[in-house]
Amino acid sequence: MATGSGPLGTLPELRSALDSGETRSVALVEQSLDRAARVGGALGAFTRLRGEEARAEAEAADARRRAGRSLSPLDGIPVAIKDNLVRRGEVTSCASRILEGYVSPYSAGVIERLDAAGAISIGSTNMDEFAMGSSSEHSIYGPVRNPWDPARTPGGSSGGSAAAVAAGIVPVAIGSDTGGSIRQPASFCGVVGLKPTYGRVSRWGLVAYASSLDQVGAFGRSAADVATVLEVIAGHDARDSTSLPEPPPRCAEALDGDVSGLVVGIPREYFVEQGVSPEVVQSVRAAIEELEAAGAKTREVSLPTSEFAVAAYYLVATAEASSNLARYDGVRYGYRARNVNGLADLYQRSRSEGFGDEVKLRIVLGTYVLSAGYYEAYYRKAQQVRTLVRRDFERAFSACDVIATPTAPELPFRLGERAEDPLRMYLGDVYTVSANLAGLPGVSLPCGSADGMPIGLQLLAPPLEEAKLLRVADAYQRRTDHHRARPPEPA
Amino acid sequence: MSGISREEVRRVVALARLSLSPEETERLTRELGAILGYVETLSRVDTTDVPPTSHVMALATPLRDDVPAEPIDPELAVANAPLASGSAFVVPKVIEGEEEG
Repeated sequence: MATGSGPLGTLPELRSALDSGETRSVALVEQSLDRAARVGGALGAFTRLRGEEARAEAEAADARRRAGRSLSPLDGIPVAIKDNLVRRGEVTSCASRILEGYVSPYSAGVIERLDAAGAISIGSTNMDEFAMGSSSEHSIYGPVRNPWDPARTPGGSSGGSAAAVAAGIVPVAIGSDTGGSIRQPASFCGVVGLKPTYGRVSRWGLVAYASSLDQVGAFGRSAADVATVLEVIAGHDARDSTSLPEPPPRCAEALDGDVSGLVVGIPREYFVEQGVSPEVVQSVRAAIEELEAAGAKTREVSLPTSEFAVAAYYLVATAEASSNLARYDGVRYGYRARNVNGLADLYQRSRSEGFGDEVKLRIVLGTYVLSAGYYEAYYRKAQQVRTLVRRDFERAFSACDVIATPTAPELPFRLGERAEDPLRMYLGDVYTVSANLAGLPGVSLPCGSADGMPIGLQLLAPPLEEAKLLRVADAYQRRTDHHRARPPEPA
Repeated sequence: MSGISREEVRRVVALARLSLSPEETERLTRELGAILGYVETLSRVDTTDVPPTSHVMALATPLRDDVPAEPIDPELAVANAPLASGSAFVVPKVIEGEEEG
């Protein structure tokens, strides 16, 4: 295993090195922090590192291990967490000026579970402001860069978490996915990204973007790694009224490599539409053939409403965002404009100076579609289309176990290329938003490359079927090596 | 239902408690126009008698027992306020006719 400031090993490698006594958590955390500062610094992957806290937590993890009282498969393992999950006594920024100086009085449910499992957060990862974006460029900390080509985007909005895993800074990381914000950066960075079923993982302490769509999930180098994280972070949380009562899925035993007889649905609309690059289609088709070779069957299915999903998504998401972000008023926390003329001026100026351009665009769009005279035509219409998207999936899943699609229609684009064209950026979310509208679990996994950049296969499953979803992903990875490819080591 | 005028953008911006420069308003009008033109495609979907989905999972509001719990410490509650006085948030005066504080 590489030491010093080289890339960290995979989760199973690190666990076995800890178990055998070959290394200690303090050494792993030191290596991870060093690499986060050097490689992560060049990539813009982090907003903040927890050096002192992480070192102390690593000491405690080593002491537990010596006493034979390790807490979980993540005990003593360095992880990174998106900067939109709060931790008591520490700063959360959402990559926004408006949260300037915000120190949370409580911890997110996910963070409590990771802490209870002994995982060690080395820091917070950079992202699109308030998770609004598909490129991780809309951040007060500057853009995140793709480890495979620093001139290109890592995807977004959880770009920092994806880049941190791809660059070997941490073996696993946490992100959030409202319209593809875990799966698309996983695809662009050549790692695995899981968005669980809506309600599977607590949203308590996740800074809200669009509450009916937001879900916390995980990045890793393999399906088995994200399964390990899911088992830790999933489960009911009474503080989140949309949290499902189901116990965490038992993934470990489901990952047996056996997909014989499972039916993989291929949506006919996803492979004929214009605007998907031929390299992507070719890699995804090859991945589906690999699943057939492993014993799975394929069947064509139809998702006729999918061409309208992006439009419905951006109406629903921005409407919810305009409501959620009304709380940033310059009074209770965060940035407050100086020398204001009355309360209305305080609100307006604090918000206008505190929010970035993309966030303002989405707040105004959301306010517009909820306003008198437009509600029926836009917001209600979008919610009705959302119903049709759900029905499409219900029908499709009556004939198949999982659905296979590309994760993104094209290769990672260059930084700055889409900055002036929000609509074009939105259209890149064509394959991911439907799972959020329908509340389904989805995973992206590396399935090839073109032009030196990774390509992702997306698998979707019915609600609460994460174990089946990850079984298919794991079976694919047992037969292929795409997930073992690593970006070039920076000079 | 396509397109949006500069005046409408100004109205909505005020509703959203934002204030924008003329350049920002110009850009927003252009970008919103493009987005609203695109979402126009939804008018092609027949949604007659289709109920709206506002939420995929939560079918009922979960209830809990009405048990007293420790409230958040008032000092901690205002600890993040950019301007606080004791355990109170400080805002500009809102009563008409009085001098600003």
